[in-house]
Amino acid sequence: MTETCSFTIDGQEVTAASGTSVLNAASASGIYIPHLCNHPDLKPTGSCRLCFVSIDGGKPRMACREPVKDGISVATSNAVIQRMRVQVMELLIADHYMDCLACAAAHDCELLKISAYLGMRPNQLTRLGKTERNLPVDGSNPFFQFDPNKCVLCGICVRTCDEIVGLRAIGYIHWGDKTVIGAAGNRPFAESICESCGECVERCPVGALAPKTPAIPAREVQSTCVYCGVGCGIHVGVRGDTVVSVSGDRDRETNSGSLCVKGRFGFRFINHPDRLTRPLVRKNGELKESNWDVALDLIAEKFRKSKGRFAALASAKCTNEENYLIQKFVRVAMRTNNIDHCARL
Amino acid sequence: MTGLVASLGSGAMTNSIADIDVARTIMVIGANTTSAHPVIGHRMRRAARNGATLIVINPKEIDLTHAASHFLQPRPGTDVALLMGMARYIIETGLADESFIAARTEGFAEFVASLQAYTPEFVVETTGLPWSRITEIARIYATNKPSSIFYAMGITQHSHGTDSVKAVANLALVTGSLGAPGTGVNPLRGQNNVQGACDMGCLPNVYPGSQRVDDPTIQKKFESAWNAQLPNQPGLTHTEIFDAICDGGIDTLYMVGENPLLTEANSGHVRAALERLDFFVVQDIFLSESATYADVVLPAASFAEKDGTFTNTERRVQRVRRAINPVGDSRPDWWIVSRIAERMDAPGFSYSSPEAIMREINQVTPSYGGITYERIENNGLQWPCPDTNYPGTPYLFPEKFSRPGGKACFSPLTYRPPAETADGQYPLILTTDRSLFHFHSSTMTRRVAGLSALDANEWLCLHPADAERYGIADGDWVEVSSRRGTVKVQARLTDVCQPGLCSMTFHFHESPTNLITNPALDPVAKIPETKVTAVSVRPLL
Repeated sequence: MTETCSFTIDGQEVTAASGTSVLNAASASGIYIPHLCNHPDLKPTGSCRLCFVSIDGGKPRMACREPVKDGISVATSNAVIQRMRVQVMELLIADHYMDCLACAAAHDCELLKISAYLGMRPNQLTRLGKTERNLPVDGSNPFFQFDPNKCVLCGICVRTCDEIVGLRAIGYIHWGDKTVIGAAGNRPFAESICESCGECVERCPVGALAPKTPAIPAREVQSTCVYCGVGCGIHVGVRGDTVVSVSGDRDRETNSGSLCVKGRFGFRFINHPDRLTRPLVRKNGELKESNWDVALDLIAEKFRKSKGRFAALASAKCTNEENYLIQKFVRVAMRTNNIDHCARL
Repeated sequence: MTGLVASLGSGAMTNSIADIDVARTIMVIGANTTSAHPVIGHRMRRAARNGATLIVINPKEIDLTHAASHFLQPRPGTDVALLMGMARYIIETGLADESFIAARTEGFAEFVASLQAYTPEFVVETTGLPWSRITEIARIYATNKPSSIFYAMGITQHSHGTDSVKAVANLALVTGSLGAPGTGVNPLRGQNNVQGACDMGCLPNVYPGSQRVDDPTIQKKFESAWNAQLPNQPGLTHTEIFDAICDGGIDTLYMVGENPLLTEANSGHVRAALERLDFFVVQDIFLSESATYADVVLPAASFAEKDGTFTNTERRVQRVRRAINPVGDSRPDWWIVSRIAERMDAPGFSYSSPEAIMREINQVTPSYGGITYERIENNGLQWPCPDTNYPGTPYLFPEKFSRPGGKACFSPLTYRPPAETADGQYPLILTTDRSLFHFHSSTMTRRVAGLSALDANEWLCLHPADAERYGIADGDWVEVSSRRGTVKVQARLTDVCQPGLCSMTFHFHESPTNLITNPALDPVAKIPETKVTAVSVRPLL
């Protein structure tokens, strides 16, 4: 059994498993502490210097690296902490290319959120002036782009590719104020060992790693990926009758939110214009559009006459319910066990 | 699967995906996990990063080897020799789990006798691997427990595939690596619902839940459940169906969501069969290469347009939900099959929803007895799950195996080389594998522009030494010929293939690899040997 600790955050009673950081315990309890480089899936690094809290009235400490303890009293802000956070934000903003209304991350940008939380004033946004950063955007990957001018160097992408994907395709390049994030070997993403799974894009707190065709779905439906036998849990994002996004289901034991390139980005076949939309029946040697009644009547007539000379191939892509019906149909209606599928291929 | 049924009594992955996190040794043989099962590949790399010993055995230097501490590159099709050699070493050095063998297995003496043939000299000569490397991983597998084995088509797609699977099971039994978390014999199933299609009885010899069609008691049970008379003779397998079409025994084919012109070994034979059919119905979401031969093509709804369940490789039954309406006038497959059945006056096909079908599945399939939509709302359940109070089964065989008597069975094995070996006329061995960016015959993935951009066409992966011998430069168009035909493809020179070995996927209809692959069948499982085809390669001028 994991032991739990009870303590307070801003006077609220909070319970968390021992070993949890104060920051993750707060987030899990719905209490916001500004942060950029922390992600609950990853080990903390404490590099963004935003998640300061005061414990039992002491000096500011980083909530992401502070384990919960029984009986402690955490304050998520005070005048000193507010001042420190504003200063960190001024530095970050001076380095940040801002096209917020056109940015793919605008709807869930952590930088915007922190700025709003701190109540950053116009003079604080411009006090340090802008640095002369105009680095080229890497658009080599067909599904996402990397804009180093929006990168806050939180390292979440680096740690994701290491700790979650186990690939280490992303790293820090250069030193000091020249530091940038880049694909292994300082190559364009598409020419590196990157597998395009998009786990880093999913976790980037700003618009640096962002999908090329972002679409916020009007609604999401919980389902299961159709590609391989892993069976990852997904949320299918929909607008009208079009699938516009797929994201990993973090609560599914199979994949805990992880997806691969096909699962996350390979959904455009669903609404592809090549989809078959009407029954086709061969007439004078050519497949011609027809309707369900004509097609089904013809099939029933031909199948009736073919008993004893009939076979069916079911599909490893169809659902259990459909495969159950196909074999039942073959056995009951066609009186044969000539039913198989491509399990061996 | 037949190999595992013979050895253990059940033909599915014994353990769970999450077990990768608790295994201390993970041995991946004949599986290109980061391409074919990417999220499991991530998990294996993560486990290796967190301290597990990852052993990769593959004729190709696949990407997963970069995360592995041990990589063995045997000659293709020699797994039985390798695995039996490992078992022999483990037994001879006293590393076998004797109490497990005594308590939970049978046939050990006959098995040990059959190991006599697998001398170090024989194993080394057959696999091409140094003996010290083989004993090293055997020792790790036997001692750094819990140890799990994962395999895929690299083990099964051979004319001796059943033997290879039995050899894997033998190794797990020798070390007692079964029936506990982090252990197991874990076949990774390829397609999203191949496990489910097997579970649902889309096989010529079994009803749903692996219940045999030639068992009169079972037949009676289904006759009463379905209110119909049922045939008692097992039917034809996939490959046999195409043979029967060519012989005239079958003239009508109903095919749902398959594209054998690209996926079946020796696909020229499939083409001949499809041309010969009197009546051919295809039900699919796209007009596949195979569908162009059909007399009627029925437009099916995609997974995003219907409700239902898929069963993944770890036996977990999970929900699929309708997110959008069926595109155009397409219909879910369950609706289509029901309407055909009704028109033929077959009883019992008026279902109101997939959930109603699942309720019937619960009644007739013991392993799915307790898997209701209500219970799999969020996380799915792993079969066997006989009743609605049962929590599901994360790992099989904790106390007994599913064979009669409850014991697992060792299999004495005689090494058989692949049906084709390299010779003067066909001096190279071609093996097939998968690309991360495409799926099977790629009817879906090639309609995603980004995936096509990341992997646009077929490549023949060829070792530079072989390329030099035949005067081939990187990017050259070449002809790859086997005893069955010729395909044209561009060569990519890479040392991921050992000299003498080359590889292609089968995702691209422009270079239909399965036109030339070997349809030599495993005598029991009827699986074709697509992993070993003798070929010649020559540059196109």
